[in-house]
Amino acid sequence: MTKPESEWTWKELTVGNVVLEPGNASQYRTGDWKTLKPVLNRELCIHCGLCYIFCPDMAYSLNAEGYFISDLYYCKGCGICAKECPTGAITMVVEEEK
Amino acid sequence: MTENLNVFAVRTLTQKEYFAPGHRSCQGCAEALAVRLVAKALGRNVIVAAATGCMEIVSSPLPFTSWRVPWFHVAFENAAAVASGVESALKVLMRKGRIPHKKIVTIAMAGDGGTADIGLQALSGALERGHNMIYICTDNEAYMNTGIQRSSSTPFGASTTTSPVGRVTSGQMTWKKNMPAIAAAHNIPYVATACPSYPIDLVQKVKKAAAVEGPAYVHILSVCPTGWRSAPELSIRLGRMAVETGVFPLYEVEQGRYHLSLDFPKLRPIKEYIKLQGRFRHLSDSMIEEIEKRIHQEYAQLREKSGKASYEE
Amino acid sequence: MGKRVGMEVSIAAAEAVKQANVDVISAYPITPQTHVVEHLSELVANGEMDAEFFCVESEHSALSVCVGSEATGARSFTCTSSQGLALMSEITYIASGLRLPIVMVISNRTLSAPLSIWNDHSDVMSIRDCGWIQLFTENGQEVYDHIFIAYRLAEDREVLLPVIVNMDGFILSHVIEPIELIEQEKIDRFLPPYQPLHRLHPDRPVTMGAFALPSIFAEAKKAQEVVLRSSLSQILQTWKAFGDMTGRYYKPVETYRTEDAETLLITMGSFGETASVAVDRMREEGRPVGLVKLRLWRPFPFDEFKKATLSANQLVVIDRAVSVGGPGGPVASEVKAALYGEEQRPRVYNFVAGISGRDVTPQDYVKMVDKAEIEIEEGNREGYEIYGVRE
Repeated sequence: MTKPESEWTWKELTVGNVVLEPGNASQYRTGDWKTLKPVLNRELCIHCGLCYIFCPDMAYSLNAEGYFISDLYYCKGCGICAKECPTGAITMVVEEEK
Repeated sequence: MTENLNVFAVRTLTQKEYFAPGHRSCQGCAEALAVRLVAKALGRNVIVAAATGCMEIVSSPLPFTSWRVPWFHVAFENAAAVASGVESALKVLMRKGRIPHKKIVTIAMAGDGGTADIGLQALSGALERGHNMIYICTDNEAYMNTGIQRSSSTPFGASTTTSPVGRVTSGQMTWKKNMPAIAAAHNIPYVATACPSYPIDLVQKVKKAAAVEGPAYVHILSVCPTGWRSAPELSIRLGRMAVETGVFPLYEVEQGRYHLSLDFPKLRPIKEYIKLQGRFRHLSDSMIEEIEKRIHQEYAQLREKSGKASYEE
Repeated sequence: MGKRVGMEVSIAAAEAVKQANVDVISAYPITPQTHVVEHLSELVANGEMDAEFFCVESEHSALSVCVGSEATGARSFTCTSSQGLALMSEITYIASGLRLPIVMVISNRTLSAPLSIWNDHSDVMSIRDCGWIQLFTENGQEVYDHIFIAYRLAEDREVLLPVIVNMDGFILSHVIEPIELIEQEKIDRFLPPYQPLHRLHPDRPVTMGAFALPSIFAEAKKAQEVVLRSSLSQILQTWKAFGDMTGRYYKPVETYRTEDAETLLITMGSFGETASVAVDRMREEGRPVGLVKLRLWRPFPFDEFKKATLSANQLVVIDRAVSVGGPGGPVASEVKAALYGEEQRPRVYNFVAGISGRDVTPQDYVKMVDKAEIEIEEGNREGYEIYGVRE
């Protein structure tokens, strides 16, 4: 876990402020940004993968059953997946306050 | 050479993400998607030299990075120059035996501002020198990162914060600079236009650019819901419409020979594309007509260059 | 003892770059740097040097190329002057912030306007705060020597900062001087191949050049500042190692006939040699005048400078650049700042001389010292003038 920038002392910084851990931004929960979240109707899904390929936030991944499922940790609720799904299997619904 | 994938098979692409989630782009950012697809196309053996811009800011807030490949940001106007340095270093270090021989693709990545405006000089120099690298321009048609100011890549009539709609002038009053043509004029082996709404096409073109010896230039239209004032869920649709209306035709220039990736017997009416974007909201019907006329003219010219017979209208 | 040849200093600098096994050279021509890059291009074209040499389309790109290649682990070099330095100045700050050990020779030339191709220090003075280690040389031998010194110093793991070697344009760059060349085996021992701490390579993907929010920026700048200041110890060590190898020992502050001196001339760059002739003349007349030459400009060698100058009554600082509207020439301002905290400190009289390459003869130094001594005696604690301007 990389600690947030406000906690670093000057001595802890790397030479040239090089970030050594590739992709460590993935600990940032962009999912907090959304108001709408995608919901999948498996009956209509044809496993085409368009939701996965069009997601700008790499939220979709293939699960063991062969369905592409959105990771709500990252999903910003943009609605692209719902719009592009050729069978209308995805709907955007308001996410409840936790 | 990559096989021509005639089937729209998304699952033939690698599942790996070299551009990690958790980046801070806006909802529905098609530029982030473009970058994601480029990263998928090229894999892990790359070095990216990026210019200042949206993609740089959203992916590299110290001490975090969204990059799972080597990535370097220096300044705004010199992505091509930095990439030239990286490419030369790899060349000489491998030649001198200081690092093992390995195919590592050098990429320069910049936005439309960092390419067509401030970055044009460095790009031209790099292309002329013939470095073995790919230059990717992700074009969201304005200086989005600094707050939607116009660039020379902003389309005619678009409203931006420095080409606003006022009593005297309405929006951008100059035509979009033709960057792919400028790149092609440098006689480089490969130039292409692409759009993330056509992901397989984009990936194929980037792979082709990587396989080519010498400089390659790929210009990618990146729909920006924030700057274009469009709904975030429409980003893919708008990209498709840009292609279907002839606003952003998909084509390649290989060794100086043009060919269209997608040809339309009849271009979609521009009004359908325009009405979905707030930045064009102020356009009068006559302005739209003028724009459409010119778009059709340029598309016809492109078709001619691609050796296609003209359509009987 | 190496071979001693008469060689144009620019050529000597290029030969040193060749001997230093530089990997990447980016070049953009500007008078009076051109002979350096021309000779380098010949060396590469003839196969005498194995490097990637290419001409870029501007100085801004010249340094950007070096930043890219250095980050990938290749020893990189560029050379510029005046307007070119001003154009690439944006990147100089970036190169030091990114801790890339690039070495750059600046063939000092004045900044426009009016346009002038001749020598002064206004170009390098415009990037005082860029964060590079900055050295001044006095003659051709020093230019040649300092290429090796600069690379070894820059690439030192405790340093990892870019280094500027300043040589006065035309006055040094275009003159033929006796240069003692160093044998290649000695250079290879003194300067082993560059081993970067971090490099761009897919085997270990790193991100360089991330942006910093206000909450972390101050820490990043402090880290950079501390490194530059503390690099002084590595600079001294490198000079010692070089001296052990060649017999030529360099110091951050060089003194000439300063024992019991009441008046000290302070110079930087090629002024030093001419000033020493003037000091000899004045000493012959029994005047207690000495010369202090600043070789290290950044990090400013406070302790060494104070040690060399505190015992004098007055310092006559000869600047080679005008700090327009400022508190005197750049060197004089910094000298005064360096001495400010001392209880007892000499008076400082400042002349700006030799700008845009105007000749400064030993006689001029004598006149300057005369003027300063008279003024100070009349009670003017400090003074400033551009020497030799026709009224």
